[in-house]
Amino acid sequence: MPENRELTYVEALREGLRQVMEKDESVFLLGEDIGVYNGAFGVTAGLLEEFGEERVRDTPISEAAIAGACLGASLTGMRPVGEIMFMDFVALSLEQLALQAAKVRFMFGGKTKAPFVLRMPAGSGTGAAAQHSQSLENWLVHVPGLKVVMPSNAYDAKGLLIASIYDDNPVIFVEHKLLYGTKSHVPEESYEVPLSQSRVVREGSDLTIIATSLMVHRSLEAAVQLSEEGIEIEIIDPRTLNPLDDETIIKSVVKTSKALIIHEAVGTGGYGGEIAARIASSEAFDYLEAPIRRLTGLDIPIPYNRTLEYHAVPQVENIVVEARKLSRGEY
Amino acid sequence: MSKTKTKTRKTEDLSQAMLKQIGESTAREMLNMMILIRAFEEKADELYILGLTHGTMHLSIGQEASAVGASYAVRRGEDYLLNHHRGHGHALSWGSEINLMMAEFLGKENGYCRGRGGSMHIADIERNNLGANGIVAGGIPIAPGVGVSIQLRKTDQLCLCLFGDGAANEGAFHESLNLASIWDLPVIYFCENNQYGMSMSVDRAFNIERISDRACAYNIPGETVDGNDPLAVYDAVFRAAERARAGKGPTLIEALTYRWKGHSKSDPQSYRTRDEVKEWQRKDPIPRFAAVLEGAGMLDEDMLKAMRDEAEQKVDQALAFAEASPEPDIATIMEGVYA
Ligand SMILES: Cc1ncc(C[n+]2csc(CCOP(=O)(O)OP(=O)(O)O)c2C)c(N)n1
Ligand SMILES: [Mg+2]
Repeated sequence: MPENRELTYVEALREGLRQVMEKDESVFLLGEDIGVYNGAFGVTAGLLEEFGEERVRDTPISEAAIAGACLGASLTGMRPVGEIMFMDFVALSLEQLALQAAKVRFMFGGKTKAPFVLRMPAGSGTGAAAQHSQSLENWLVHVPGLKVVMPSNAYDAKGLLIASIYDDNPVIFVEHKLLYGTKSHVPEESYEVPLSQSRVVREGSDLTIIATSLMVHRSLEAAVQLSEEGIEIEIIDPRTLNPLDDETIIKSVVKTSKALIIHEAVGTGGYGGEIAARIASSEAFDYLEAPIRRLTGLDIPIPYNRTLEYHAVPQVENIVVEARKLSRGEY
Repeated sequence: MSKTKTKTRKTEDLSQAMLKQIGESTAREMLNMMILIRAFEEKADELYILGLTHGTMHLSIGQEASAVGASYAVRRGEDYLLNHHRGHGHALSWGSEINLMMAEFLGKENGYCRGRGGSMHIADIERNNLGANGIVAGGIPIAPGVGVSIQLRKTDQLCLCLFGDGAANEGAFHESLNLASIWDLPVIYFCENNQYGMSMSVDRAFNIERISDRACAYNIPGETVDGNDPLAVYDAVFRAAERARAGKGPTLIEALTYRWKGHSKSDPQSYRTRDEVKEWQRKDPIPRFAAVLEGAGMLDEDMLKAMRDEAEQKVDQALAFAEASPEPDIATIMEGVYA
């Protein structure tokens, strides 16, 4: 296999699942239509044939039971990986996640653990409107005891998924519908990308962009354009939102003196606020030459109409404008 | 299961009795509506393939008898409707305007939801259609609230709550039916069992014969009917409506039918056989109901042809209307989040 082998995000996730399942009998999958249907976005394609109905389990439409079953199995020696078809539907799993899974270890004095992963795709851009397009990661970030992981590329998707499965905590694994088809280099062997390590995606000296998921790609595109104008942008992808490696972010802002935070989720109560607070309350504060800015989804449900949907979340051109202004001191 | 009654009357006897009850013109109108729904959805399918609509859509081709039978048995447009994702037929049958529905499909400003909702979320608030839902079972727990409101406002309305077989396995189903039962709420729970929730067959998703068997858990009537026979559906829903309006509480009705098309626009349908689909297509509710009306002397070939032509015309006009309609103005993007 060539060293530069490329896989799509979907293929990388699938390969990660397959490799772990081959090695570890305690790992099994459950979710809606993950069997013959291959999952709504095809992540589990072929796994039913390979591992059988015992380990690739179609469930009825019961998100509370999917999350609860993940918890129950994980408390008793298994490492389940559940799938929630669209992240929006995690609303129906929240009780089991926020009130049960996140609490059991602490509440029982550290004597138990809940090692499961719940995968779910977030994001707009598919015309699926208000109930199938949200980015709700911050609902889960707000609950101590849950880890929240959000890979932005195929390499990280596989490595973070494997690391999440072997982590001894409940991990909410947030994928993105528009990333499923994107490709990057993915090693054939099984590997882990450690949780809670932010990644410097691009180095630059004029401005730090902290971006998650799909927004990493849009920021990269914007950075390439701005580079032609002589503006060099550093991009940081937190990858794990909680617990967050903020050191990498703070170090970068100390270097560039300016920070722009970009995510698709709505701004109010969004993850950007947390990052801004971490920067503002760190040693980076003394280095700031501009206000910390956020570019986020608008505070509205995602509209169906194509044009409105497009304008509801940050696009490359919005990032270019915002980053240019900030780096030139025009705010 | 003792409290659950299953229909025992013979189909022909029932048809004759029901036709008498409904009357000739309404019966013809029902067939007309089934034909219109079919034409509308076939066009919707076409538009999607041409890339004129955005996102996904859920077609109810093959299930028209359920939609029409249910809504004609209540006061369409006056009672309340809680619709679900496979809801084009129900919306039309409830009296919604085809032009405004088509405009919504194309995401236009004058569509039912100002282009914000799309196919999956058509609501017609003026006609008490409280909206189609993208969340499976999302409407089910809303129903007791509508029921309580009717009780407190002392009107003689009811709430027709529609959902699929798959929705009956969300926990909300249990909470809702129990609440409606203990408070004797005027709700008709209408489960359109089209044999699948996406790829999950009812055989795999349930360990009971009939979904209506669950009614006994709430001590309410449960009934399973032939969902491809609009008269059988009408009959069951009509009796449930009488019960609801008399303050006697909710009913669970299961209509057995079949979805001809894929679940949504990205379904390779590997979970079922072509033969199975064909077998159900032979039970097409439209020619079947047409034959019943012809047998009763209420319809002839010319009338049927006229209905078909008219339906196609209406759909074409609706599309022209939708295409000529304005796009939403980007400047209004923040509107409508709060009252
Ligand atoms: C809470 C929730 N879970 C899953 C889905 C995805 N989904 C949409 S429709 C559907 C199948 C629904 O089956 P059923 O209730 O039988 O209705 P049908 O589509 O057959 O009309 C699924 C799983 C959803 N929209 N909402
Ligand atoms: Mg169904």
